[in-house]
Amino acid sequence: MAMTDTELVDEVVGAPGHIPHKKLVIIAWSGDLDKVWPQMILATTGAAMGMQTTVFFTFWGLFSLVKDDVRLTGENWMQKMVSMMDRPGMEHLKLGKMNFAGAGPAMMKHLAKGHQVASPVELLEMARDLGVRLVPCQMTMDLLGLSREDMIDGLDEPTGATAMLLEAQDAVTLFI
Amino acid sequence: MSTTIAVTLDLKGLSCPMPIVKTAKAMRDLGPGDVLEAFATDPGSAPDFVAWCKATGNQLLEHSEQDGVYRFAIRKTR
Repeated sequence: MAMTDTELVDEVVGAPGHIPHKKLVIIAWSGDLDKVWPQMILATTGAAMGMQTTVFFTFWGLFSLVKDDVRLTGENWMQKMVSMMDRPGMEHLKLGKMNFAGAGPAMMKHLAKGHQVASPVELLEMARDLGVRLVPCQMTMDLLGLSREDMIDGLDEPTGATAMLLEAQDAVTLFI
Repeated sequence: MSTTIAVTLDLKGLSCPMPIVKTAKAMRDLGPGDVLEAFATDPGSAPDFVAWCKATGNQLLEHSEQDGVYRFAIRKTR
């Protein structure tokens, strides 16, 4: 067992401490619980591996950065409608499939607790702790009418696609 | 070679990615040469610890399993 693992990793990584990519950029597009979870798992793992890790939150992904006690976001009625139909906040995420009006996420969280899988909220906290940069997309914030006050603390300054793609030049890039 | 353990982590029961994330966090507080010992039950942690040591350049001194509990001893290199 020990040899197999080592050999496998040797083949992928090569010399110790010399992983080919030292940066990880995750484009967090989805706001579904079953996608936000891997966003956070991979962000914390990347940082734990010593990779300079950045998560760029755009479109529905931005809603997981809204404070859990903020019920309505948006400046005009159309923007408000979006948050009314799809409640923002990391604690209120829905499953991409089998949501069953919230029963699905409740069961998933229950299973996760039983298996001691850290929740997205805990992982986000851990990500901040490990120095993961959490960057909101300025354009989507404007589009959805999200203000900086609606969102949690510890975020980087909002930025745009160009800044993010520059950051991604020499990085492993994931779109989730 | 006798090894003095600087810190022991009980990661039993925890699932991916927490064993690695907690190890990485604990490693920050250690100095070069210090040895961290970790116990985990997640079978995925076996390849993950090997991979993590490779990626970070820390030295995996020991890697064993007994009754479903994995033990890792890692020396911090820098």
